[in-house]
Amino acid sequence: MATAQELAAEEFSTVVTKHRPQIFRFLLASTRDVDLAETLTQECFLKAHRNWGSFRGDSTAMTWLMRIAINLQKDHWRNRRMQFWRHARTNSVDLDEASDWLPSGERSVEQQLLAKEQVERVWESVKGLSERQRTVFLLRYVEEQELSEIARATGLSEGTVKAHLSRALGRVRAELGGKR
Amino acid sequence: MSVKDNFEDGSHSQREVGERAEIEAQEFELKEALTNFRLSMHAWSEAAHSHPRTEQVVRRQSWRLAASWALGCAIAAGSVSSVVYQQHHQKEMAKVAAAQAKYAADQKLAAEQIAREDEEDLLAKVDSDVSREVPSAMEPLAQLMSEADAK
Repeated sequence: MATAQELAAEEFSTVVTKHRPQIFRFLLASTRDVDLAETLTQECFLKAHRNWGSFRGDSTAMTWLMRIAINLQKDHWRNRRMQFWRHARTNSVDLDEASDWLPSGERSVEQQLLAKEQVERVWESVKGLSERQRTVFLLRYVEEQELSEIARATGLSEGTVKAHLSRALGRVRAELGGKR
Repeated sequence: MSVKDNFEDGSHSQREVGERAEIEAQEFELKEALTNFRLSMHAWSEAAHSHPRTEQVVRRQSWRLAASWALGCAIAAGSVSSVVYQQHHQKEMAKVAAAQAKYAADQKLAAEQIAREDEEDLLAKVDSDVSREVPSAMEPLAQLMSEADAK
């Protein structure tokens, strides 16, 4: 018969398998650095494992993990601002490279080029967003989370989330319109 | 309602329709851009997740590593050669200073030697002069002395 500890370990392992890709994707979008996203994802699950016992299930495991990931990337940017050498060693890819990734599907070459240009413009506007606006924007338009989920993950009110989203969308709109 | 009013109303509604169509086109483009952005992010993440270290990053890292190694080696070689050059230069300077000091000491010794020899020569000359002149010069005194002795 399995002990409570073994059951918890098994449960945690299921959570990791289920949510790791999503956490990694969010961190990759936030940092544009594959290595850094990997490291922060590892840290996120390490932290989650340590505190798994205290997770009461008030929110979904995904929201709880996303909250840890948001805090980790926030800490990372805060530390990096003060460390010139870390900044100089950044591996984050250029916007041009980041927008290279598009499933070709059944698109024509022209459509693919147009899509690449659009993605590049969205990246350009994401770059100009504040940390909070970027987080909210990525959770909404990359992770397709509901406003209530974003509010729980970020610790903001739904009204504030809406305001951040509106400003972020305004920027994207301006970027798309300005270069038309 | 006059014909003019009708015409103005018509152009106004046409403008409204045009504006609405433009806004709809913009909204469509925004939606399309956001969808493409999401698809692009998912594709990138999936690719990176299945191959955590992409070739591009590794290549860039190795290029940076090589560059920093080259820079480090150049700095190290520069500092070593500058230290060696400085030591060599200092040794040369010490040799020159020692040679100069030795030359100055030799010069001083030679000058002293010459001065001593000159002095000795002068004393010898004076002695010989005195030894040659005193007997005749002292003769009257010697005579007086011998007369006084005789008395």
